[in-house]
Amino acid sequence: MSVTVSIPTPLRPFTGGRDTLEVAGETVGQVLEQLLATHTGLKRHLMQDDGRLRNFVNMYLNETDIRHLASTATPVRAGDVLTIVPSIAGGAPAAAEAKALSHAETLRYSRHLLLPEVGVTGQRKLKAARVLTIGAGGLGSPVSLYLAAAGVGTIGIVDFDVVDLTNLQRQIVHGTSTLGRPKLDSAEERLTDLNPNVRIERHETRLTSENALEILGEYDIVVDGTDNFPTRYLVNDACVLLGKPNVYGSIFRFEGQASLFYAEKGPCYRCLYSEPPPPGLVPSCAEGGVLGVLPGIIGSIQALETIKWIIGAGTSLLGRLVLFDALKLRFRELELRKDPACPICGTNPTIHELIDYEAFCGIGAEPAYAGPEISAEELRRELHTKGQNLVLVDVREPHEWEIAHIEGATLIPLSQLPERLSELDGHAEIVTQCHHGARSMKALEILKGAGFGKVRSLAGGIDAWAERVEPGMARY
Amino acid sequence: MTVRLSPALVEEIRVHAERAYPTECCGVLAGQVSEVKEVLHLVPATNRRTDDPHRYLISPDDLRSIELSLRSSGEDILGCYHSHPDHAAAPSMFDTDQAWPWYSYIIVRVDQGRAVELTSWVLDDDRSRMHQEQLDVLSEV
Repeated sequence: MSVTVSIPTPLRPFTGGRDTLEVAGETVGQVLEQLLATHTGLKRHLMQDDGRLRNFVNMYLNETDIRHLASTATPVRAGDVLTIVPSIAGGAPAAAEAKALSHAETLRYSRHLLLPEVGVTGQRKLKAARVLTIGAGGLGSPVSLYLAAAGVGTIGIVDFDVVDLTNLQRQIVHGTSTLGRPKLDSAEERLTDLNPNVRIERHETRLTSENALEILGEYDIVVDGTDNFPTRYLVNDACVLLGKPNVYGSIFRFEGQASLFYAEKGPCYRCLYSEPPPPGLVPSCAEGGVLGVLPGIIGSIQALETIKWIIGAGTSLLGRLVLFDALKLRFRELELRKDPACPICGTNPTIHELIDYEAFCGIGAEPAYAGPEISAEELRRELHTKGQNLVLVDVREPHEWEIAHIEGATLIPLSQLPERLSELDGHAEIVTQCHHGARSMKALEILKGAGFGKVRSLAGGIDAWAERVEPGMARY
Repeated sequence: MTVRLSPALVEEIRVHAERAYPTECCGVLAGQVSEVKEVLHLVPATNRRTDDPHRYLISPDDLRSIELSLRSSGEDILGCYHSHPDHAAAPSMFDTDQAWPWYSYIIVRVDQGRAVELTSWVLDDDRSRMHQEQLDVLSEV
């Protein structure tokens, strides 16, 4: 038996220009087979290599799409009309296809492409990758610079700070020309200048329990460049909950640490540090200082681990904590194990959603000692009127004293205060003073405890003094 | 084969593409074939792909009804046009994979909402690639 096969215009060059053909067969499949046997040029346009119809080729038996019948097994009867109907599809380069490298990119990344471990495949993976950097500061600078230079296609940055002069000693993604401007603007300009192929996604916000899952959820891998414990636990927990790797780094003075946390395959930050240190015990870089090169080294390790993760090369830092001592120039390595009792990634987790990290880290929950304070302006007035009767005790460290100090103050570093109380006149009015007002409050607590009655702390420390009373004084 | 169409039709494609930006537009080229493919009018089609702004699909049902409606006037489907929002006016790998032989595929590049470039392409017989064909824009006589 034979049916009429209706040929659409684009296929007529392969049927000698004929728009219908009579073809024999019992089923649609047999008719098709017979058709292709007699008109071989049709085959590559209608059939895939695996012998199935191409997805844009549609066959209608009379008025019905054979997909709604028994497909190619549909029986045919004499007089049926089998119509080949095109569907037309296409579109701009798809996401994966767009990750092909242009000539300019091939040249730009040639030193990567020469490495078999990277190669074109690895470079395309980098181009397709989406990395989120938390913070555009000391760690975020080298991380974002190296990731951009390496050709990571999309870099998200979370930061809401502005570029300050004290940042530039280590935050090398910013510059003197961008002082006072949002760090996101500054970083975006520098990074797109370094590599215009990189797309920078801006998140000008403080990372919170409310927005973290949404922001982190858009990325493949997260690089933690935060400088405080609440955010570090927040980033860790969000990564665990989302099942994303977290490239960790932290720095203080001359020492740094780095690791790769990935709860799906190894430990998380909480497996290492189940609880944060008491508030105030570990000073921030702003309080304790940091050698500018240090974040360059730790941040570069984070960028390295990120790139290795994306291209799947080498051995990652998963399950290892690298400790770096810049003064000794020594790297040490600790083995990290997943903690079965970990409250978020252990066998019986107790944390199932993001919590209040400020409270968890004891910030605001148990207020630090709150003694009486004196403003910088009032201190100047009283120093003027009371003279020798007002004793100003500077509880900072000697090297801070060297940077700047208030005329007439006495230097007793906080750590030495308990042993040196005898140096102070118990009847005099005492004002304690430090850099920003935190240590001087602790000093106040010590003095009160020792029976000193008339003691106050300089609100805002010497920084407030330098800003509002003595503008010529150096700030740090 | 050369594709010939009037400036008015080119403008029609541009307007359609700009209106659809940032998604892709698509439509059918209708006309007659002599020594050239003479496009006489356009049939804007509904893009049946709604999941991805960088894809278009003219369904077989739509194409069949367009073909039937053309038959009475002795016209045929000569190919289609579609836009590439913020992409070159050159066929993507996907365009080539999905292409029919003989049909002309006009691609209009739309940069930031403005249609800038119009090219026409046809599939090689071995399906390996699409080659550009001549596009004659002639004033209507």
